[in-house]
Amino acid sequence: MTDTKPKLAVHKFSSCDGCQLALLNLGEPLLLLPQLVDIVHFAEAGPSDPVAQADIALVEGSVSTPEDIERIRQVREHSGLLISIGACATAGGLQALANFTDRDTWMAAVYEQPGHIESLQHSNPISHYVKVDFEIHGCPVNSRQVVAALRDLLSGVKPRPERQSVCMECKRKGLVCTMVSKGEPCMGPVTVAGCGALCPSMGRGCYSCYGPLEQINDRSLAERFNQLGLDRAAVARRFHFIANHAPAFKQAGERLKETTNE
Amino acid sequence: MNSQIHPSVERRPGFLPRSSLQTLFTVLLQTGYKIYGPQVRDGAIQFVYMDDPESLPMGVTNEQQPGHYRLTSGESRRLFDWNHGPQALKPLCFAPREVLWLEGAAPFAFKRTLPEVTQTAVIGVRACDLAALAILDQHFELEMRPDPHYRQRRDSLLLIGVDCAQSASTCFCASTGDGPALDGGYDIGMAELDEGFLIWHQSDKGQAITDQLELRAATDDQLEAMLQATTRAAGQQKRHLPGSEELQQLYKRLEHSHWDQVAERCLACGNCTAVCPTCFCYQVEHEMALSGESAEMVRSWDSCFSPTHSDMGHFQVRNNIKYRYRQWMTHKLAGWQVQQRRIGCTGCGRCIAWCPVGIDLTEEVTAVLEEGSLDV
Repeated sequence: MTDTKPKLAVHKFSSCDGCQLALLNLGEPLLLLPQLVDIVHFAEAGPSDPVAQADIALVEGSVSTPEDIERIRQVREHSGLLISIGACATAGGLQALANFTDRDTWMAAVYEQPGHIESLQHSNPISHYVKVDFEIHGCPVNSRQVVAALRDLLSGVKPRPERQSVCMECKRKGLVCTMVSKGEPCMGPVTVAGCGALCPSMGRGCYSCYGPLEQINDRSLAERFNQLGLDRAAVARRFHFIANHAPAFKQAGERLKETTNE
Repeated sequence: MNSQIHPSVERRPGFLPRSSLQTLFTVLLQTGYKIYGPQVRDGAIQFVYMDDPESLPMGVTNEQQPGHYRLTSGESRRLFDWNHGPQALKPLCFAPREVLWLEGAAPFAFKRTLPEVTQTAVIGVRACDLAALAILDQHFELEMRPDPHYRQRRDSLLLIGVDCAQSASTCFCASTGDGPALDGGYDIGMAELDEGFLIWHQSDKGQAITDQLELRAATDDQLEAMLQATTRAAGQQKRHLPGSEELQQLYKRLEHSHWDQVAERCLACGNCTAVCPTCFCYQVEHEMALSGESAEMVRSWDSCFSPTHSDMGHFQVRNNIKYRYRQWMTHKLAGWQVQQRRIGCTGCGRCIAWCPVGIDLTEEVTAVLEEGSLDV
């Protein structure tokens, strides 16, 4: 059995490493993982062979440099199934906020010699460059979801994406709606579950680390945020935040910005 | 419609002075019950385990509006002048998430997991929630072929109801015939007066407690005050649902343009169904351990607003918000009349208050029934 174990690689692109840490924080399942798969590349944990052939590649981070483009194409070529994990890999990440601004001006303001910086004009999700077989959302990802996806793949079935709202998780936990009881704007109603309603459990509104549901009613939520005291620019920033380049949030924020400029 | 002002269950209450409420708690605890009661938590009335009547929400009232819930504190010594928080009995009986059974691969075996329960006295339950519990009982077939998990939880409860002496602006139980006075489904009934409580039993389980309370005889004035309180509470209600027969017309309004208008506002977040005391939909998912050697079958609350709810293989029956809202309303108010012989709404108004964008069921149903033309 041991010599037929599937090979697993964990690749990192532009990111904070938080999703890899979510893997390292697995606890007991982490000890079990090497019995089930052959970890051929996971630099954060030890094994480093970025060009190794793998049956399953987990990819963290966004593509933000010319070198990243070459590397993700190589990963794609060397991998059976490619799974992007986390907000950077699936929706561009916080670094993609720069896509909405004049990057060169910012660069000149931050770096004395911006000419040394070799980065793309845009930070993009992995799926912008190569075919992605499955996406796991979150900032960081929930390790439970990663384990479930790996288990499904090892069993030869397609992983199931999370499709319910944060509100559902929130109510199952018996949490009190922050928007209704405190008037605090909360992205829960347009955000896909997975975090366990972490911010609402601390009495805060959701920041949508896990990105949009498959259908969102951004106009209605934006109007409600207006009534609760956020101006349109502030509402736009709620959509253009952690999952800013998820198409539904990108468009929602852009629509709000357009009406702000009118 | 307003049948609940004069309850059909006969009451023979005795009087317990306010200063003696501790006696009720002591008797319950000595009889072996844990007490589950209302407290102010995170800005809302929430039911939690407690053992001291001093921690009941004294002087607390609730302001409820569409998409809005706030508590206020006053000088009053009354303990039950609020109506409700987001939840009451539903999570106690129908767990938000629970493991139904365990599976093992070697040896291949299934093992049922029943919840561990403790005898629990729930104090402060309202008429709308008791009516809703009767509907849940029916759904989980408590009489005929009970869901074992539901039954285990349900059987552990001693229900102590309280008449509502005032209504929140979102309440409309008088129009559904479910409140504001208690009308069955409880073990012990209470009505709060300024000077104390009228208390009576409705079941043997309840009588075992009330017999130990040394209640005084209730005066005619106290009995009159009890009736007046619920009459006043019913009179405060401005919202109402149309009658059952009229609601059956909903199925003739499936193409009404108003559904589109609701869909423009509805977030399909599922909050209304989660706080609804009668919404019983659940999903069952197989959660396998990473080893592949064991698995859990997990049931958790679902919602007809979730995209997964109407998945049929690769086909989604209700693929937009309009269809989901329409499904929820027509099923609850019309479909249930066929399935459960009554509408699935008991007028608690939670779906109105806890909707993040304040969609008002009573307004929407009226608009659908009154405006536009009937489908052919």
